[in-house]
Amino acid sequence: MTDTVEPPVIKPPAGEPSPLTRKDFVSDQEVRWCPGCGDYAILAQMQKILAEIGVPREQTVFVSGIGCSSRFPYYMDTYGIHSIHGRAPTLATGIKAVNPDLTVWVITGDGDGLSIGGNHLLHCMRRNVDVKVILFNNRVYGLTKGQYSPTSLPGHRTKSTPMGSIDYPLNPISVAIGAEATFVARTQDTNTKHLQETLRRAAAHRGTAFVEIFQNCVVYNPTAWDHTTDSSVRDDNIVYLEEGKPLVFGRDSDKGIRVNGMIPEVIDVDSNGAANEGLAVHQESLDNSSYAYMLSRMQHPEFPLPFGVLRCVDRPAYTDMLVDQVQQSIDSSDADLNALLHSSDTWVVE
Amino acid sequence: MAEPPASDSSAINTEMARLMDSVVVRFSGDSGDGMQLTGDQFTNTSAVLGNDISTFPDFPAEIRAPAGTLAGLSGFQVNLAASDIYTAGDAPQVLVAMNPAALAANLSDLEPGGVVIVNEDAFTRNNLRKAGFESSPLDDESYLQGYEVHRVPLTSMTRAALDDLDELSNQQKDLCKNAFALGLAFWLFDRPMETTLAFYQEKFAKRPQVVKANTRALKAGYAYGETTEAFQSRMSVPTRTDDVPPGTYRRITGNEAVVLGLVTAAQKANKTLFYGSYPITPASPILEGLAALKRFDVRTFQAEDEIAAIGSVIGASFAGALSVTASSGPGVSLKSEGINLAIVMELPLVVVDVQRGGPSTGLPTKTEQADLLSVLYGRNGESPIPVIAAATAAECFDMAIEACRIAIRHMTPIFLLTDGYLANSSEPWLLPDLELIEPIEVEHRTDPNGYQPYLRDEATLARPWVLPGTPGLEHRVGGLGKQDVTGNVSYDPQDNEHMIKTRAEKVARVADYLPPLEVNGPDQGDLLIIGWGGTYGAIRAAVEHSQSEGRSVASCHLRHLNPLPKDLGKILSRYRQVLVPELNMGQLSMLLQARYPVRVVGLNKVQGQPFRIREIVSKINDILT
Ligand code: SF4
Repeated sequence: MTDTVEPPVIKPPAGEPSPLTRKDFVSDQEVRWCPGCGDYAILAQMQKILAEIGVPREQTVFVSGIGCSSRFPYYMDTYGIHSIHGRAPTLATGIKAVNPDLTVWVITGDGDGLSIGGNHLLHCMRRNVDVKVILFNNRVYGLTKGQYSPTSLPGHRTKSTPMGSIDYPLNPISVAIGAEATFVARTQDTNTKHLQETLRRAAAHRGTAFVEIFQNCVVYNPTAWDHTTDSSVRDDNIVYLEEGKPLVFGRDSDKGIRVNGMIPEVIDVDSNGAANEGLAVHQESLDNSSYAYMLSRMQHPEFPLPFGVLRCVDRPAYTDMLVDQVQQSIDSSDADLNALLHSSDTWVVE
Repeated sequence: MAEPPASDSSAINTEMARLMDSVVVRFSGDSGDGMQLTGDQFTNTSAVLGNDISTFPDFPAEIRAPAGTLAGLSGFQVNLAASDIYTAGDAPQVLVAMNPAALAANLSDLEPGGVVIVNEDAFTRNNLRKAGFESSPLDDESYLQGYEVHRVPLTSMTRAALDDLDELSNQQKDLCKNAFALGLAFWLFDRPMETTLAFYQEKFAKRPQVVKANTRALKAGYAYGETTEAFQSRMSVPTRTDDVPPGTYRRITGNEAVVLGLVTAAQKANKTLFYGSYPITPASPILEGLAALKRFDVRTFQAEDEIAAIGSVIGASFAGALSVTASSGPGVSLKSEGINLAIVMELPLVVVDVQRGGPSTGLPTKTEQADLLSVLYGRNGESPIPVIAAATAAECFDMAIEACRIAIRHMTPIFLLTDGYLANSSEPWLLPDLELIEPIEVEHRTDPNGYQPYLRDEATLARPWVLPGTPGLEHRVGGLGKQDVTGNVSYDPQDNEHMIKTRAEKVARVADYLPPLEVNGPDQGDLLIIGWGGTYGAIRAAVEHSQSEGRSVASCHLRHLNPLPKDLGKILSRYRQVLVPELNMGQLSMLLQARYPVRVVGLNKVQGQPFRIREIVSKINDILT
């Protein structure tokens, strides 16, 4: 008996097999996260998929802010910047505006990306800057030793919320959809295959690809994701999104999501697929983002949490358009500096 | 109505004109009255004619404060001269006041005996009340005593001149009253109208009715001057006959000069110019200016905030562009953390601070020099950064290039300080021969052999600028403490101190590349005036005035504020006293006293206005008596 639902395999774009291996992407720096931290798994899978995709190391730039996850660039043997708190998307924008051929990854966390850097993340996504934003969500501040974060649940007790948090949390994928991100996905640190596939999909997207990764902070918030990692319950708590497939979940694939008006509901389904009429069928490329937003609002424990690509649409990337405008101007006019200096009323003194 | 004839200079009785070596004219009206445009046109014509010119626009922070109020006034002062001048003049001799508020706000600045032209039509009860008059000052002889006052019904005469232009509303016709006033000014100062007529043709090319209306109003204003006998005499400022360097000139403001300087620097460095900024007064015209120059591979990015602007510029520099941001005080404060990151990453970029009145939001449209200490020391930790400052509007061109050159040669962020006065004021600019501007050498290492991110150049201590995309040179940089050469993260106490000292030494070595300072006046004597930034003109004029009175005074203007030029100490030691006039509470004074064994006398002013020449002259007199 299979006791878990296999996450769907999302096929990356076909291409030549890559000559690179994971080792090529491992830098010479000692990794300094706490033993057991979810960051290790994400780092390993990132190194693996980049090797598989075969993007040259020198064409890859990792940019991060501040926080545990933001040490990530030091461990990747690519170009990298460990910048300042919350500002990684701004540096990434500058890099892409100058060299759109580079593949730029932004590594951020729930505090870095949604609190101090919320403004930049928002504008990066609405502009559709061609960067991949990987947000490690552990619902806590790790590096500063355990204060609550903008994704901490109400009532969460931390050193800065001894009586429980009274902040209402943000839902990262809802924020991303609301901010017009063209690619929005969710996955988990320990869900190896799914993590790989999701990163591959993000890598293939032109425009801002936003990926929320449930990441376990074993020190300050070790139970945050028990409901999506504990093998006895996780299948009832995750619905894997597959393009064109009905939203079915549960250990025995016996539950599904039906949309009633504007509201999702959980219904029992026939695992043989016979009586599945009325089930929502996943479509990631709908022009209208309402469906994706509705999915993003499905919260534990009433609903299974959507894993996979919620939304993937085509829209020209800001940085490509910026460079296009410049190129058009270069092509269509004569850049004569001397004429520019003279472009005003002039007079001559003999 | 028949169109009045265009000016015919042969008809002018020049004997009747009062010849003046220089004259200061101020136009003042509502911010919707087109005073900036009027002043601009008057200036352009005079410059093209061959006068030296210097302008100073003075506008409110509000775009359209309530019409007729003091808060809504917009002014434009121009100094026209037959010889070299350095400022827009202390006090106007001619005031054009478009309403009672303009009269109330400016009359006390006018020189005794000065000429006042008022738009009589605007002296309505409502406008008088808004300007704080109980009755019309035009009927009050004591109020206007000592001035030559001309009451001109500008609005009604403009309407009459445009009477048959049925396509235009009265409101549109009234907008042309500034053209009428300009025409009258052209007559009064014996200037031709052609430059402005051509400007109307071009500016309103798509609206022939508007061209026609402005043309007609301009000519009507001129004809009014010619036919009325109200004016005692015309005024004439002859063209310059002093030693003006030959060449082609244009008028330029400081902000325009920064734009052209940056584009020129990018071309000289053979680089993409990336400019990331957030709109802020008075720096926004730099963004707008550069956005129109994409054909020079200029990439502008209007960021979501000041922090994003500096972040984008750091990223762009990492990726290999000549990268620049500009702002003013409040925005520069927000950029502090980003600038520190650039200091530690040792990447080249330029931050232009167009200083304005502070603190906080302060006086957005007014000028000040009070950011000097904050750009030098307003960041956490030991944070050395080169700082340079432009002395005049035209010099902003050279200093923008200088900033880019230092940033790239020394692999460092750098501040270029200008100010609200330089940004908006204008002066003639001798167009440079581009061939004579030295190329900016850029080297991007591609050799992986022996490469380390913080390997240093022996002379400058600069680290290599390696571009992402270069195989074999992948590296990571960040804001954490690091080891020299490898750039690896390090919390080692010795590494930290070594890096702090090395960064300081790197910036100090910029001084090895500075030209010797120029002293204007005797090379030793009673008094040396040290200035920096936009106070140059007022200091220079004051010093020349005092020298002509036989005083032993010299001046020296600093373009490089960090590091200070190596010869400054010697120069300071050769004078009995040192005066530092600054539009702040004594920031350069403090630096000089900390660095050199001198006692400095400060002349400090924080009113949002530039120095007047006479303020400096009187301080010189105080010190030397
Ligand atoms: S504090 Fe938490 S998030 Fe940070 S490294 Fe340790 S386990 Fe990971």
